[in-house]
Amino acid sequence: MADALPEMPTFPMARATGCPFDPSPELGRRLEEAPVSRVRLWDGSTPWMVTRHADVRALLADPRVSVDVTQPGFPHTNAVSKARDAHMKTLMQMDAPEHTAQRRLLTSDFTIKRMEALRPRIQRIVDDLIDEMLAGPNPVDLVEAFALPVPSLVICELLGSPYTARDLFHRVSRTLVMDEPDPEQAMAASQELNAYLEELVDKKNAEPSDDVFSRLAVEQYRTGAMTRREIATVGQLLLVAGHDTTANMIALGTTALLAHPDQLSAVRDGGDPALVTNAAEELLRYLSITHTEARRVAREDLEIGGRLIRKGDGIIAVKSIANRDPSAFPDPETLDVRREARHHVAFGFGAHQCLGQPLARVELQVVYSTLYRRIPTLALAVPLEQLTFKENAVFYGVRELPVTW
Amino acid sequence: MKITIDQHACIGSGQCVLASPEVFDQRDADGIVVLLQDSPEPGLQEDVWEASRICPALAITLTPS
Repeated sequence: MADALPEMPTFPMARATGCPFDPSPELGRRLEEAPVSRVRLWDGSTPWMVTRHADVRALLADPRVSVDVTQPGFPHTNAVSKARDAHMKTLMQMDAPEHTAQRRLLTSDFTIKRMEALRPRIQRIVDDLIDEMLAGPNPVDLVEAFALPVPSLVICELLGSPYTARDLFHRVSRTLVMDEPDPEQAMAASQELNAYLEELVDKKNAEPSDDVFSRLAVEQYRTGAMTRREIATVGQLLLVAGHDTTANMIALGTTALLAHPDQLSAVRDGGDPALVTNAAEELLRYLSITHTEARRVAREDLEIGGRLIRKGDGIIAVKSIANRDPSAFPDPETLDVRREARHHVAFGFGAHQCLGQPLARVELQVVYSTLYRRIPTLALAVPLEQLTFKENAVFYGVRELPVTW
Repeated sequence: MKITIDQHACIGSGQCVLASPEVFDQRDADGIVVLLQDSPEPGLQEDVWEASRICPALAITLTPS
């Protein structure tokens, strides 16, 4: 194999200049010519990359693959995430049966019924932020004024934290998912957040209300099933997984719609809730913002897409290119808010599919159905070519989005 | 069409409830799938098929009846 190594592409692969919404052309070539093939990572390791929609689904639903980051072959994103994984184990790093038991402690907080009950409060948050924005300076950076505050405030609602914590959540989450996080800064931010969340467990234990932390305090902490630290870790997971992701989908989704005016007017003027639901799924598919993709290690030999993957081999399921697989999505390069797209794998697939996806869906539906309707003249305040994008971050997005109306 | 569900495999994502609310529900206590009817009328079957296709846990099995 040594003579094949110079041919091996490095991962992640750069997007083409001037195509901020499209995955790397190299990924497209792999999808066509070598859908299961090796790539080289930052540390010299050479895991498999899986690109087809059907193969990504099959892989992520296969109990023979593991998310155990302590396995030698696990394909780590970078040195910082490797170091953090070594001391913080969340749901995302657990296999069954531990994962099954831990996840079931949280699934009741994300049922469709509970999310629908939250919808009016999310609508209120979004409307209030738009009121504030309209009363403030014009033009404004939509990322700071709107895209980041929406998930900060929704997470406050969910955890039952006072809104005053939004600045802390905002700051910590930014530090933890930066392009090139500083290990010491990331550790300090993580500790500051944990201290806050542990105090919140005590407050909720003393005065429970209707939120995730109250329920965990009463059902798990009081009974001795979970420690304060363990509950704080759950809170940290919900924040890291639910903050920057949603913010990027709001700002990058808006950028994509502004770049496709016919699609924007369909969402804005359609007056059809089903179309907004579709649009949210299509934007999730089209933008596939999880840059780190889905990473696994084989626990046994297995075959994917006709290739034998050996026990101990690392595997990266590239959801962003699977979501552009023409066998799953006809004319995949076209943003079409009317298409049926909910079989996308933007939230992953299998037992580790995003826990918070029902919440993310409601947040995006509320935002996409409200922002453009309330500000129908919303427009970019600078040419699209001047925007810069988070090329190397955990979650892809637009850095600043100057808008006017 | 006959539907069977695997509550052990279910991860409570609620995708089936979104796709086909007439046929699927979730337990309040842990979000695990509950089947409201196991032999849906033809008008519901397209949504049920979609639910089984998008279930991330492959917990919904459809058999011809």
